[in-house]
Amino acid sequence: MAERKTGPEPGDALSASKGRRIRVLVAKPGLDGHDRGAKVVARALRDAGMEVIYTGLRQTPEMIAEAALQEDVDVVGLSVLSGAHMALIPRVMELLKVNGQSHVKIFIGGIIPDEDLSRLKEMGVTGIYGPGASTDDIIRDVKHAVEG
Amino acid sequence: MTLSSSVLSGDRLALARLLTQVENDSAEGRAALAELFPHTGKAHLIGVTGAPGTGKSSLVNQLAMQFRKQEAHRVGIVAVDPSSPFTGGAVLGDRVRMRDLSGDPGVFIRSMATRGSLGGLAQATASMVQVFDAAGYDIVMIETVGAGQSEVDIAKLAHTTIVVEAPGLGDDIQAIKAGILEIADILVINKADRPGVENTEKALKSMLELAHPSQRVFKHHGMMMNVSTPRSKQSAKELWLPPIQRTISTEGSGIPELAEWVMKHLAHLRQSGDWAARDRARLEVELETLIREALVSRFRESVPQKLFDEIVERVLDRNLSPWEAVKMLIGPYPERAPAERRGGLR
Repeated sequence: MAERKTGPEPGDALSASKGRRIRVLVAKPGLDGHDRGAKVVARALRDAGMEVIYTGLRQTPEMIAEAALQEDVDVVGLSVLSGAHMALIPRVMELLKVNGQSHVKIFIGGIIPDEDLSRLKEMGVTGIYGPGASTDDIIRDVKHAVEG
Repeated sequence: MTLSSSVLSGDRLALARLLTQVENDSAEGRAALAELFPHTGKAHLIGVTGAPGTGKSSLVNQLAMQFRKQEAHRVGIVAVDPSSPFTGGAVLGDRVRMRDLSGDPGVFIRSMATRGSLGGLAQATASMVQVFDAAGYDIVMIETVGAGQSEVDIAKLAHTTIVVEAPGLGDDIQAIKAGILEIADILVINKADRPGVENTEKALKSMLELAHPSQRVFKHHGMMMNVSTPRSKQSAKELWLPPIQRTISTEGSGIPELAEWVMKHLAHLRQSGDWAARDRARLEVELETLIREALVSRFRESVPQKLFDEIVERVLDRNLSPWEAVKMLIGPYPERAPAERRGGLR
Protein backbone atom coordinates (compact mmCIF):
# COMPACT_ATOMS: atom_id res chain seq x y z
CA MET A 1 0.00 0.00 0.00
CA ALA A 2 1.29 3.40 -0.91
CA GLU A 3 2.08 5.77 1.91
CA ARG A 4 0.10 8.96 1.99
CA LYS A 5 1.21 11.77 4.20
CA THR A 6 -1.34 12.40 6.93
CA GLY A 7 0.68 12.87 10.08
CA PRO A 8 2.79 15.78 11.24
CA GLU A 9 5.23 17.33 8.81
CA PRO A 10 8.68 15.81 8.55
CA GLY A 11 11.50 17.33 10.53
CA ASP A 12 9.63 17.62 13.78
CA ALA A 13 10.39 15.75 16.93
CA LEU A 14 8.73 12.45 16.32
CA SER A 15 11.19 10.03 17.75
CA ALA A 16 12.15 7.82 14.83
CA SER A 17 12.96 4.75 16.88
CA LYS A 18 9.75 4.65 18.85
CA GLY A 19 7.38 6.48 16.49
CA ARG A 20 6.28 8.84 19.24
CA ARG A 21 6.61 12.49 20.04
CA ILE A 22 9.46 13.30 22.45
CA ARG A 23 8.08 14.18 25.89
CA VAL A 24 10.20 16.28 28.22
CA LEU A 25 9.64 17.26 31.84
CA VAL A 26 11.19 20.62 32.73
CA ALA A 27 11.39 21.10 36.47
CA LYS A 28 12.95 23.37 39.05
CA PRO A 29 14.05 21.45 42.12
CA GLY A 30 14.97 23.28 45.29
CA LEU A 31 14.28 26.72 46.56
CA ASP A 32 15.61 29.25 44.08
CA GLY A 33 12.83 31.28 42.54
CA HIS A 34 14.21 32.14 39.14
CA ASP A 35 12.77 30.16 36.25
CA ARG A 36 13.53 32.34 33.26
CA GLY A 37 16.13 29.87 32.00
CA ALA A 38 13.82 26.90 32.44
CA LYS A 39 11.09 28.72 30.50
CA VAL A 40 13.47 29.65 27.68
CA VAL A 41 14.50 26.01 27.34
CA ALA A 42 10.88 24.80 27.56
CA ARG A 43 9.91 27.18 24.79
CA ALA A 44 12.87 26.17 22.61
CA LEU A 45 12.02 22.47 22.97
CA ARG A 46 8.39 23.25 22.15
CA ASP A 47 9.47 25.04 19.00
CA ALA A 48 11.51 21.98 18.10
CA GLY A 49 8.26 20.00 18.12
CA MET A 50 8.53 18.34 21.52
CA GLU A 51 5.82 18.10 24.16
CA VAL A 52 7.15 19.84 27.24
CA ILE A 53 5.54 19.41 30.63
CA TYR A 54 6.44 22.30 32.90
CA THR A 55 6.00 21.81 36.64
CA GLY A 56 6.75 25.24 38.09
CA LEU A 57 8.97 26.38 40.91
CA ARG A 58 10.12 24.79 44.16
CA GLN A 59 9.68 21.13 43.44
CA THR A 60 11.00 18.39 45.68
CA PRO A 61 12.83 15.47 44.04
CA GLU A 62 9.83 13.33 45.01
CA MET A 63 7.43 15.63 43.15
CA ILE A 64 9.65 15.60 40.08
CA ALA A 65 10.01 11.83 40.00
CA GLU A 66 6.26 11.43 40.46
CA ALA A 67 5.54 13.81 37.57
CA ALA A 68 8.09 12.02 35.37
CA LEU A 69 6.35 8.72 36.07
CA GLN A 70 2.80 9.95 35.48
CA GLU A 71 3.76 11.74 32.29
CA ASP A 72 5.92 8.86 30.99
CA VAL A 73 8.57 11.27 29.75
CA ASP A 74 11.74 10.44 27.80
CA VAL A 75 13.77 13.29 29.23
CA VAL A 76 13.89 15.27 32.48
CA GLY A 77 15.47 18.72 32.39
CA LEU A 78 16.40 20.19 35.76
CA SER A 79 17.28 23.81 36.36
CA VAL A 80 19.19 24.59 39.56
CA LEU A 81 20.62 27.98 40.42
CA SER A 82 20.80 27.59 44.17
CA GLY A 83 23.98 25.56 44.42
CA ALA A 84 22.13 22.58 45.84
CA HIS A 85 22.55 20.49 42.70
CA MET A 86 24.84 17.89 44.29
CA ALA A 87 22.10 17.12 46.82
CA LEU A 88 19.04 17.39 44.55
CA ILE A 89 20.11 15.78 41.31
CA PRO A 90 21.39 12.44 42.68
CA ARG A 91 18.14 12.17 44.65
CA VAL A 92 15.99 12.70 41.53
CA MET A 93 18.02 10.10 39.65
CA GLU A 94 17.73 7.61 42.50
CA LEU A 95 13.96 8.03 42.64
CA LEU A 96 13.62 7.60 38.88
CA LYS A 97 15.53 4.34 39.21
CA VAL A 98 13.34 3.15 42.09
CA ASN A 99 10.26 3.89 39.96
CA GLY A 100 11.59 1.82 37.08
CA GLN A 101 12.49 4.79 34.91
CA SER A 102 16.25 4.46 34.68
CA HIS A 103 15.91 4.87 30.88
CA VAL A 104 14.93 8.53 31.34
CA LYS A 105 17.72 10.90 30.25
CA ILE A 106 18.72 13.74 32.59
CA PHE A 107 19.72 17.21 31.43
CA ILE A 108 20.82 19.97 33.78
CA GLY A 109 20.90 23.73 33.42
CA GLY A 110 21.91 26.50 35.76
CA ILE A 111 24.97 27.48 37.74
CA ILE A 112 27.08 24.35 38.00
CA PRO A 113 30.74 24.84 39.08
CA ASP A 114 33.35 23.16 36.88
CA GLU A 115 34.56 20.86 39.64
CA ASP A 116 31.14 19.19 39.82
CA LEU A 117 30.81 18.52 36.09
CA SER A 118 32.74 15.26 35.97
CA ARG A 119 30.99 13.83 39.01
CA LEU A 120 27.57 14.61 37.56
CA LYS A 121 28.57 13.02 34.25
CA GLU A 122 29.74 9.93 36.12
CA MET A 123 26.34 9.70 37.78
CA GLY A 124 24.81 9.47 34.33
CA VAL A 125 23.71 13.02 33.60
CA THR A 126 23.46 13.31 29.81
CA GLY A 127 24.03 17.03 29.35
CA ILE A 128 24.96 20.06 31.44
CA TYR A 129 24.36 23.63 30.24
CA GLY A 130 25.42 26.86 31.89
CA PRO A 131 24.73 30.50 31.11
CA GLY A 132 25.20 31.28 27.42
CA ALA A 133 24.52 27.74 26.23
CA SER A 134 22.80 27.58 22.86
CA THR A 135 19.27 26.19 22.70
CA ASP A 136 20.18 24.61 19.35
CA ASP A 137 22.79 22.50 21.15
CA ILE A 138 20.25 21.47 23.79
CA ILE A 139 17.69 20.49 21.15
CA ARG A 140 20.28 18.50 19.18
CA ASP A 141 21.52 16.70 22.31
CA VAL A 142 18.01 15.86 23.54
CA LYS A 143 17.04 14.43 20.16
CA HIS A 144 20.27 12.48 19.97
CA ALA A 145 19.87 11.09 23.49
CA VAL A 146 16.31 9.89 22.86
CA GLU A 147 16.72 8.62 19.33
CA GLY A 148 20.20 7.21 19.83
CA MET B 1 2.27 -10.07 32.38
CA THR B 2 0.70 -7.91 29.70
CA LEU B 3 0.47 -4.15 29.98
CA SER B 4 -3.28 -4.24 30.51
CA SER B 5 -3.12 -6.81 33.32
CA SER B 6 -0.41 -4.75 35.02
CA VAL B 7 -2.68 -1.73 34.76
CA LEU B 8 -5.56 -3.66 36.29
CA SER B 9 -3.33 -4.75 39.16
CA GLY B 10 -2.58 -1.12 39.96
CA ASP B 11 0.91 -0.71 38.50
CA ARG B 12 1.35 3.05 38.05
CA LEU B 13 4.28 2.84 35.65
CA ALA B 14 2.31 0.42 33.47
CA LEU B 15 -0.61 2.87 33.54
CA ALA B 16 1.67 5.72 32.44
CA ARG B 17 3.13 3.61 29.63
CA LEU B 18 -0.24 2.42 28.43
CA LEU B 19 -1.49 6.02 28.35
CA THR B 20 1.42 6.81 26.03
CA GLN B 21 0.60 3.85 23.77
CA VAL B 22 -3.04 4.87 23.64
CA GLU B 23 -2.17 8.49 22.97
CA ASN B 24 0.05 7.40 20.08
CA ASP B 25 -2.66 5.02 18.83
CA SER B 26 -0.19 2.13 18.62
CA ALA B 27 -1.20 -1.44 17.90
CA GLU B 28 -0.22 -2.39 21.45
CA GLY B 29 -2.40 0.41 22.82
CA ARG B 30 -5.39 -0.73 20.76
CA ALA B 31 -5.00 -4.32 21.87
CA ALA B 32 -4.79 -3.25 25.53
CA LEU B 33 -7.84 -1.01 25.15
CA ALA B 34 -9.82 -3.95 23.83
CA GLU B 35 -8.79 -6.03 26.84
CA LEU B 36 -9.62 -3.24 29.27
CA PHE B 37 -12.97 -2.28 27.77
CA PRO B 38 -15.05 -4.74 29.86
CA HIS B 39 -13.67 -3.04 32.97
CA THR B 40 -14.87 0.42 31.95
CA GLY B 41 -18.16 2.20 32.50
CA LYS B 42 -17.84 2.71 36.25
CA ALA B 43 -16.07 6.06 36.56
CA HIS B 44 -17.86 9.36 36.92
CA LEU B 45 -16.41 11.55 34.17
CA ILE B 46 -16.30 15.22 35.08
CA GLY B 47 -15.42 17.75 32.41
CA VAL B 48 -14.05 21.17 33.29
CA THR B 49 -14.04 23.77 30.55
CA GLY B 50 -13.97 27.54 30.17
CA ALA B 51 -12.00 30.40 28.67
CA PRO B 52 -8.22 30.61 29.14
CA GLY B 53 -7.30 32.09 32.49
CA THR B 54 -10.61 31.48 34.23
CA GLY B 55 -8.84 29.11 36.62
CA LYS B 56 -9.72 25.65 35.35
CA SER B 57 -6.51 23.98 36.54
CA SER B 58 -6.68 25.53 40.00
CA LEU B 59 -10.29 24.50 40.27
CA VAL B 60 -9.48 20.91 39.24
CA ASN B 61 -6.72 20.93 41.86
CA GLN B 62 -9.12 22.03 44.59
CA LEU B 63 -11.94 19.73 43.53
CA ALA B 64 -9.64 16.73 43.40
CA MET B 65 -8.42 17.49 46.93
CA GLN B 66 -12.03 17.76 48.04
CA PHE B 67 -12.96 14.40 46.47
CA ARG B 68 -9.94 12.80 48.12
CA LYS B 69 -11.14 14.05 51.50
CA GLN B 70 -14.62 12.61 50.92
CA GLU B 71 -14.94 8.85 50.86
CA ALA B 72 -11.40 8.42 49.54
CA HIS B 73 -12.27 8.54 45.87
CA ARG B 74 -9.41 7.72 43.51
CA VAL B 75 -9.06 10.59 41.08
CA GLY B 76 -7.58 10.51 37.59
CA ILE B 77 -6.97 13.82 35.82
CA VAL B 78 -6.46 14.35 32.10
CA ALA B 79 -5.33 17.91 31.41
CA VAL B 80 -5.34 19.01 27.77
CA ASP B 81 -3.31 21.92 26.41
CA PRO B 82 -2.90 23.02 22.79
CA SER B 83 -0.22 21.84 20.37
CA SER B 84 1.49 24.36 18.14
CA PRO B 85 -0.09 24.34 14.68
CA PHE B 86 3.34 25.05 13.20
CA THR B 87 5.76 22.69 14.92
CA GLY B 88 3.44 20.24 16.68
CA GLY B 89 5.25 21.00 19.92
CA ALA B 90 3.50 21.99 23.12
CA VAL B 91 4.10 23.37 26.57
CA LEU B 92 1.80 21.57 28.98
CA GLY B 93 1.53 23.74 32.06
CA ASP B 94 -1.54 22.54 33.94
CA ARG B 95 0.55 20.69 36.52
CA VAL B 96 1.89 24.01 37.78
CA ARG B 97 -1.52 24.67 39.38
CA MET B 98 -1.90 21.13 40.68
CA ARG B 99 1.10 20.87 42.95
CA ASP B 100 -1.07 20.25 46.03
CA LEU B 101 -1.96 16.86 44.56
CA SER B 102 1.66 15.76 44.28
CA GLY B 103 2.58 12.91 46.56
CA ASP B 104 -0.97 11.62 46.86
CA PRO B 105 -0.97 8.03 45.54
CA GLY B 106 -4.75 8.23 44.97
CA VAL B 107 -4.34 10.91 42.31
CA PHE B 108 -2.83 10.43 38.86
CA ILE B 109 -2.38 13.46 36.60
CA ARG B 110 -1.65 13.14 32.92
CA SER B 111 -1.04 16.10 30.61
CA MET B 112 -1.79 15.76 26.93
CA ALA B 113 -1.45 17.97 23.87
CA THR B 114 -4.30 18.41 21.38
CA ARG B 115 -2.10 17.26 18.45
CA GLY B 116 -4.19 19.14 15.91
CA SER B 117 -7.63 18.40 17.28
CA LEU B 118 -9.95 21.42 17.51
CA GLY B 119 -12.90 20.65 19.78
CA GLY B 120 -11.10 21.39 23.05
CA LEU B 121 -9.91 17.81 23.53
CA ALA B 122 -7.37 15.62 21.78
CA GLN B 123 -8.41 12.71 19.61
CA ALA B 124 -7.15 10.16 22.14
CA THR B 125 -8.67 11.82 25.21
CA ALA B 126 -11.72 9.54 25.31
CA SER B 127 -9.53 6.44 25.07
CA MET B 128 -7.19 7.68 27.78
CA VAL B 129 -10.18 8.30 30.03
CA GLN B 130 -11.22 4.68 29.43
CA VAL B 131 -7.83 3.51 30.64
CA PHE B 132 -8.23 5.48 33.89
CA ASP B 133 -11.74 4.07 34.27
CA ALA B 134 -10.53 0.50 33.86
CA ALA B 135 -7.61 1.12 36.23
CA GLY B 136 -10.10 1.79 39.01
CA TYR B 137 -10.16 5.58 39.15
CA ASP B 138 -13.77 6.19 40.12
CA ILE B 139 -13.59 9.89 39.33
CA VAL B 140 -11.90 11.07 36.15
CA MET B 141 -11.64 14.81 35.64
CA ILE B 142 -10.99 16.09 32.14
CA GLU B 143 -9.69 19.63 31.80
CA THR B 144 -10.11 21.00 28.29
CA VAL B 145 -7.89 23.53 26.58
CA GLY B 146 -8.86 27.13 27.25
CA ALA B 147 -12.08 27.09 25.31
CA GLY B 148 -13.79 29.88 23.42
CA GLN B 149 -17.37 29.63 22.34
CA SER B 150 -17.74 26.40 20.49
CA GLU B 151 -15.30 23.87 21.91
CA VAL B 152 -18.05 21.65 23.18
CA ASP B 153 -16.63 18.14 22.63
CA ILE B 154 -16.30 17.75 26.37
CA ALA B 155 -20.08 17.52 26.76
CA LYS B 156 -20.07 14.42 24.57
CA LEU B 157 -17.46 12.77 26.77
CA ALA B 158 -18.29 13.81 30.33
CA HIS B 159 -21.21 12.82 32.52
CA THR B 160 -21.02 16.15 34.32
CA THR B 161 -19.76 19.27 32.57
CA ILE B 162 -18.56 22.20 34.64
CA VAL B 163 -18.20 25.48 32.76
CA VAL B 164 -15.90 27.94 34.51
CA GLU B 165 -16.47 31.66 34.09
CA ALA B 166 -14.72 34.58 35.71
CA PRO B 167 -15.92 38.14 36.34
CA GLY B 168 -15.38 40.69 33.61
CA LEU B 169 -15.34 38.44 30.55
CA GLY B 170 -18.52 39.44 28.78
CA ASP B 171 -22.00 40.86 29.03
CA ASP B 172 -25.43 39.28 28.94
CA ILE B 173 -25.37 38.99 25.16
CA GLN B 174 -22.39 36.66 25.42
CA ALA B 175 -24.44 34.71 27.91
CA ILE B 176 -27.36 34.02 25.57
CA LYS B 177 -25.22 32.97 22.61
CA ALA B 178 -25.24 29.32 21.70
CA GLY B 179 -22.31 27.12 22.53
CA ILE B 180 -20.26 26.64 25.59
CA LEU B 181 -22.70 27.92 28.20
CA GLU B 182 -25.39 25.59 26.90
CA ILE B 183 -23.38 22.51 27.74
CA ALA B 184 -22.98 23.38 31.42
CA ASP B 185 -24.46 21.07 33.99
CA ILE B 186 -22.87 23.28 36.62
CA LEU B 187 -21.76 26.88 36.15
CA VAL B 188 -18.88 28.16 38.24
CA ILE B 189 -17.93 31.79 38.69
CA ASN B 190 -14.33 31.47 39.77
CA LYS B 191 -12.24 34.37 41.08
CA ALA B 192 -15.41 35.49 42.85
CA ASP B 193 -13.41 37.98 44.91
CA ARG B 194 -12.89 40.06 41.76
CA PRO B 195 -15.02 43.08 40.96
CA GLY B 196 -17.89 42.48 38.57
CA VAL B 197 -18.93 39.18 40.07
CA GLU B 198 -22.49 40.45 40.62
CA ASN B 199 -22.89 41.34 36.95
CA THR B 200 -21.51 37.99 35.82
CA GLU B 201 -23.90 36.16 38.08
CA LYS B 202 -26.83 38.28 36.91
CA ALA B 203 -25.99 37.59 33.24
CA LEU B 204 -25.71 33.86 33.82
CA LYS B 205 -28.90 33.80 35.84
CA SER B 206 -30.89 35.59 33.17
CA MET B 207 -29.42 33.21 30.60
CA LEU B 208 -30.72 30.27 32.63
CA GLU B 209 -34.09 31.89 33.12
CA LEU B 210 -34.50 32.40 29.39
CA ALA B 211 -33.79 28.76 28.75
CA HIS B 212 -36.41 26.09 28.59
CA PRO B 213 -35.23 23.21 30.65
CA SER B 214 -35.27 19.93 28.81
CA GLN B 215 -33.40 16.69 28.86
CA ARG B 216 -30.34 17.17 26.70
CA VAL B 217 -28.34 14.41 25.13
CA PHE B 218 -25.76 14.63 22.40
CA LYS B 219 -26.67 12.64 19.35
CA HIS B 220 -24.05 10.95 17.26
CA HIS B 221 -24.00 13.44 14.45
CA GLY B 222 -22.56 15.88 16.92
CA MET B 223 -25.74 17.84 17.50
CA MET B 224 -27.28 18.29 20.86
CA MET B 225 -30.85 17.14 20.59
CA ASN B 226 -33.75 17.60 22.89
CA VAL B 227 -34.75 14.06 23.50
CA SER B 228 -38.33 13.39 24.34
CA THR B 229 -38.07 10.72 26.93
CA PRO B 230 -40.28 7.67 26.80
CA ARG B 231 -41.49 8.46 30.31
CA SER B 232 -44.51 10.59 29.54
CA LYS B 233 -44.88 12.53 32.75
CA GLN B 234 -41.57 14.11 33.52
CA SER B 235 -42.00 16.16 36.64
CA ALA B 236 -40.13 19.40 37.11
CA LYS B 237 -38.14 17.66 39.83
CA GLU B 238 -36.49 15.38 37.31
CA LEU B 239 -35.19 18.19 35.16
CA TRP B 240 -31.77 19.44 36.08
CA LEU B 241 -31.37 23.19 36.31
CA PRO B 242 -27.69 24.15 36.17
CA PRO B 243 -26.73 25.78 39.46
CA ILE B 244 -24.36 28.73 39.63
CA GLN B 245 -21.61 28.33 42.21
CA ARG B 246 -19.14 31.04 43.17
CA THR B 247 -15.62 29.87 44.00
CA ILE B 248 -12.22 31.29 44.84
CA SER B 249 -9.81 28.50 43.91
CA THR B 250 -6.77 30.10 45.48
CA GLU B 251 -8.47 30.04 48.88
CA GLY B 252 -10.61 26.97 48.37
CA SER B 253 -13.83 28.81 49.11
CA GLY B 254 -16.96 27.47 47.46
CA ILE B 255 -15.22 24.17 46.71
CA PRO B 256 -17.10 21.93 49.18
CA GLU B 257 -20.36 23.35 47.81
CA LEU B 258 -19.21 22.71 44.24
CA ALA B 259 -18.27 19.12 45.09
CA GLU B 260 -21.73 18.72 46.56
CA TRP B 261 -23.33 19.97 43.32
CA VAL B 262 -21.25 17.45 41.38
CA MET B 263 -22.52 14.64 43.61
CA LYS B 264 -26.10 15.92 43.33
CA HIS B 265 -25.76 15.91 39.55
CA LEU B 266 -24.46 12.35 39.67
CA ALA B 267 -27.47 11.31 41.75
CA HIS B 268 -29.73 13.08 39.27
CA LEU B 269 -28.11 11.28 36.32
CA ARG B 270 -28.62 7.92 37.95
CA GLN B 271 -32.16 8.62 39.02
CA SER B 272 -33.42 10.17 35.78
CA GLY B 273 -31.86 7.64 33.45
CA ASP B 274 -29.62 10.31 31.93
CA TRP B 275 -26.52 8.34 32.93
CA ALA B 276 -27.45 5.52 30.56
CA ALA B 277 -28.57 7.97 27.87
CA ARG B 278 -25.27 9.86 28.00
CA ASP B 279 -23.29 6.64 28.08
CA ARG B 280 -25.10 5.45 25.02
CA ALA B 281 -24.64 8.74 23.18
CA ARG B 282 -20.94 8.74 24.02
CA LEU B 283 -20.37 5.21 22.80
CA GLU B 284 -22.33 5.98 19.63
CA VAL B 285 -20.05 8.95 18.95
CA GLU B 286 -17.01 6.80 19.57
CA LEU B 287 -18.25 4.01 17.36
CA GLU B 288 -19.02 6.41 14.56
CA THR B 289 -15.55 7.94 14.80
CA LEU B 290 -13.97 4.50 14.60
CA ILE B 291 -16.15 3.50 11.67
CA ARG B 292 -15.14 6.66 9.86
CA GLU B 293 -11.45 5.89 10.47
CA ALA B 294 -11.90 2.30 9.35
CA LEU B 295 -13.71 3.32 6.19
CA VAL B 296 -11.04 5.85 5.32
CA SER B 297 -8.26 3.32 5.80
CA ARG B 298 -10.19 0.76 3.72
CA PHE B 299 -10.56 3.37 1.03
CA ARG B 300 -6.82 4.04 1.12
CA GLU B 301 -6.09 0.36 0.70
CA SER B 302 -8.52 0.06 -2.19
CA VAL B 303 -7.31 2.98 -4.29
CA PRO B 304 -3.82 2.98 -5.80
CA GLN B 305 -1.76 6.03 -4.95
CA LYS B 306 -1.18 6.70 -8.64
CA LEU B 307 -4.89 6.94 -9.40
CA PHE B 308 -5.40 9.18 -6.38
CA ASP B 309 -2.60 11.51 -7.50
CA GLU B 310 -3.98 11.65 -11.05
CA ILE B 311 -7.39 12.62 -9.79
CA VAL B 312 -5.92 15.27 -7.50
CA GLU B 313 -4.15 16.70 -10.56
CA ARG B 314 -7.41 16.82 -12.48
CA VAL B 315 -9.13 18.59 -9.60
CA LEU B 316 -6.20 21.00 -9.41
CA ASP B 317 -6.59 21.76 -13.14
CA ARG B 318 -10.31 22.37 -12.58
CA ASN B 319 -11.14 19.53 -14.97
CA LEU B 320 -13.00 17.72 -12.26
CA SER B 321 -14.97 18.96 -9.30
CA PRO B 322 -14.20 17.48 -5.89
CA TRP B 323 -17.66 15.89 -5.83
CA GLU B 324 -17.10 14.14 -9.15
CA ALA B 325 -13.68 13.06 -7.90
CA VAL B 326 -15.22 11.47 -4.85
CA LYS B 327 -17.68 9.61 -7.06
CA MET B 328 -14.84 8.33 -9.23
CA LEU B 329 -12.76 7.24 -6.27
CA ILE B 330 -15.46 5.64 -4.19
CA GLY B 331 -17.54 4.31 -7.09
CA PRO B 332 -15.56 1.19 -8.07
CA TYR B 333 -15.20 0.01 -4.49
CA PRO B 334 -18.29 -2.23 -4.07
CA GLU B 335 -17.40 -4.23 -7.20
CA ARG B 336 -14.28 -5.69 -5.57
CA ALA B 337 -14.32 -9.27 -4.45
CA PRO B 338 -14.95 -9.64 -0.71
CA ALA B 339 -11.74 -11.66 -0.28
CA GLU B 340 -9.64 -8.66 -1.22
CA ARG B 341 -11.12 -6.56 1.53
CA ARG B 342 -10.77 -8.93 4.41
CA GLY B 343 -8.97 -7.60 7.41
CA GLY B 344 -9.51 -4.02 6.38
CA LEU B 345 -11.42 -3.07 9.48
CA ARG B 346 -8.92 -1.96 12.05
